[in-house]
Amino acid sequence: MGKCTFKGGIHPFDGKELSKDKPIKELYPALGEMVFPLSQHIGAPAKPLVNKGDYVLAGQLIAEAGGFVSANIHSSVSGTVKAIEPRTLATGGKCNSIIIENDGEYKEIEYKESKFEDLTREEILDKIKAAGVVGMGGAGFPTNVKLSPKNPENIDYIIINGAECEPYLTSDYRRLLEEGDKVVLGLKIALKLFDHAKGIIAIEDNKPEAIRKIKELVANEPDIEVKELKTKYPQGGERSLIYATTKREINSSMLPADAGCIVHNVDTAYSIYLAVIEGKPLTKRICTVTGDGVKNPGNFYVWLGTNYRQLLEAAGGPVGEPEKYISGGPMMGFSMYSLDVPVVKGSSSLLVFKEDIVSKIDSSACIRCGRCAEGCPEHLLPTKLAEFASRNDEEGFTKFDGMECVMCGSCSYVCPAKRPLTQQIKAMRMRVLANRRKK
Amino acid sequence: MSEKFNVSTNPHVRSKVTTQSVMRDVLIALTPASLFGIYNFGFDALIRIIVGVVACVAIEAIYQYFMHLKVTVSDLSAAVTGLLIALNIPSTLNVGFEIVGCAFAIIIVKQLFGGLGQNFMNPALGARCFLLIAYTGPMTNFVTNNSFAVDAYTGATPLAILKPGAEAVASQPKLLDMFIGTTAGVIGETSAICLLIGAIYLLCRKIISWRIPVAYIVTFAVLIFLLAPGHQFDINYLACEVCGGGLLLGAFFMATDYVTSPITPNGKLVFGCLLGILTFIFRMYGGSAEGVSYAIIFSNLLVPLIEKVTVPKSFGKKKPEKKKEVA
Repeated sequence: MGKCTFKGGIHPFDGKELSKDKPIKELYPALGEMVFPLSQHIGAPAKPLVNKGDYVLAGQLIAEAGGFVSANIHSSVSGTVKAIEPRTLATGGKCNSIIIENDGEYKEIEYKESKFEDLTREEILDKIKAAGVVGMGGAGFPTNVKLSPKNPENIDYIIINGAECEPYLTSDYRRLLEEGDKVVLGLKIALKLFDHAKGIIAIEDNKPEAIRKIKELVANEPDIEVKELKTKYPQGGERSLIYATTKREINSSMLPADAGCIVHNVDTAYSIYLAVIEGKPLTKRICTVTGDGVKNPGNFYVWLGTNYRQLLEAAGGPVGEPEKYISGGPMMGFSMYSLDVPVVKGSSSLLVFKEDIVSKIDSSACIRCGRCAEGCPEHLLPTKLAEFASRNDEEGFTKFDGMECVMCGSCSYVCPAKRPLTQQIKAMRMRVLANRRKK
Repeated sequence: MSEKFNVSTNPHVRSKVTTQSVMRDVLIALTPASLFGIYNFGFDALIRIIVGVVACVAIEAIYQYFMHLKVTVSDLSAAVTGLLIALNIPSTLNVGFEIVGCAFAIIIVKQLFGGLGQNFMNPALGARCFLLIAYTGPMTNFVTNNSFAVDAYTGATPLAILKPGAEAVASQPKLLDMFIGTTAGVIGETSAICLLIGAIYLLCRKIISWRIPVAYIVTFAVLIFLLAPGHQFDINYLACEVCGGGLLLGAFFMATDYVTSPITPNGKLVFGCLLGILTFIFRMYGGSAEGVSYAIIFSNLLVPLIEKVTVPKSFGKKKPEKKKEVA
């Protein structure tokens, strides 16, 4: 079988060696504050259902979806609501959050188990919605909304994104390896919602053990296929992944459903399983703590609301005085100025670098080598777009399809002159979007 | 605990390839041809190579210093220009003329237009063409100092002998000599094998793409094979034309100059084809036996146009639908 891929892309140093052989370890939260931001997803913020002083149980609904595109939020611990106030997130912004004082008893609500074969479509979707499942690759789109497209009969493929193309991250890999059966079950539940959809589990070929394991698991599943992807960044980008596995193309004005596809992260499929079969809400997620700045890199099963500082301690603490802390992968993650932020539904990793190489870089003149254009998964001309951006030329920028940029960072990564291409394009995109909203 | 770590927007990592490492790779790739040039033309060639590199680096540094610009000679681009100028002149050329050429390349072609990345013409080739016009005699005074060469063609390069309409010479160039490089010519162009070794290095290190050189050489070879006056379907003649003159040096090291070639993948193919056609015309019907330099600097001027018509289709974009939206 040929390996699936797309045109463009880059090969960054992958750094997965640090944590890929570390089994998932459950990380119990410390006593004290747990922070639950009301916006851990795309869409309207959730509406709090508890008040200061209320006692809540682990798994209890503490905020309900604030609109159609929104998601429920549950407490991961038992304890008392201390406050509802704005707190800083890993992205740097502030967000209204429910603060719960963890009493360390972990008293849970009762979960109702069910067999998905007995459930109707509506019941499945309701369970996913009730559990507050959102896309866990980072964007956080509510999963029940994703699974209710306008024309469900047009959905041909449900793709589980096991590419994990971001360097250093190994959480999806560990999940596939250790609990692949549950991921497959999560996919089967999603498939049940559509009449003729086929399942695809896409994994990059730098994870041969995961590929072997999942292939064994789906050997008797005629509707599910494992596709091997070439290891390349950004293979796990939604548009690149859909093209690599189905040869269908989508652009910025289309949803994956327009091409008959729905893409889910590995951990999202796992959460679907938990929500539907075990009746458990989304209160924990898997998180990789790695980089040359931590003593013992590893993969942790973390309660949502846990402070990032505790993640760092769980990995043995920092090596010396690291300069850079990143939430997410090195290509698309957010660098943080403080570790005093909570783990949310989309927190896939804490990356610690001893050295902040970006701050030491001096950018020089563009030599027009074309590496950015070759690496661009959207087949754009980043150097040209950055030029338009520097002149604030909105017309030229949109004419050369600057709005198609997915901000994967490939162009900045490969640029030998170390020009901040992605950054310039990103800023210009924001200006264009702001101008459009004004109109 | 109040901490303030460094922040920046993504991506937070960068590749190890830098402008300097790219230029260093080009210098490494030119080493076999340079060494062979020294072997073939002796001490004179060594002097020209050292003078070329030192002059270009010095002139760029001095210019930038006095213009209050950041001195950027450490990116090695001036060194590459200097080496290419040396490889593009005969070993007999007056060193003073060579320095004039270096100054022309660095100051007029490169710095006056804004320095690295802004020049519209390959500086080394600009200098070569300038020298050809300014000092036509000395620039075409070829000798082989090589005592090992049995048939030394004093005063005539293989291409000049092969030129349509040239007087028949008793000793026709031997293909093997041309492949190894024991012939007359400018310092760096004679050895096909050394140039190919360098080219393979550049391709393996992904410094250059195959598009320009392959499109160039294939187009040129097809035209020679089908249309060369008096030598149609002559494989031996074809091989001599490909190995001879500045074609290989030009195709792999000069036409692929990032700054003066298109950045679009299809643009590179168009650029290569255009070079092939122009080189064929200049060599077969032009006044001189050589055509590569002029073909490249002429095509350099067309790069903005080529880029304009070869903008790649962005991923997932459907042309007709877009038009409807506009209307």
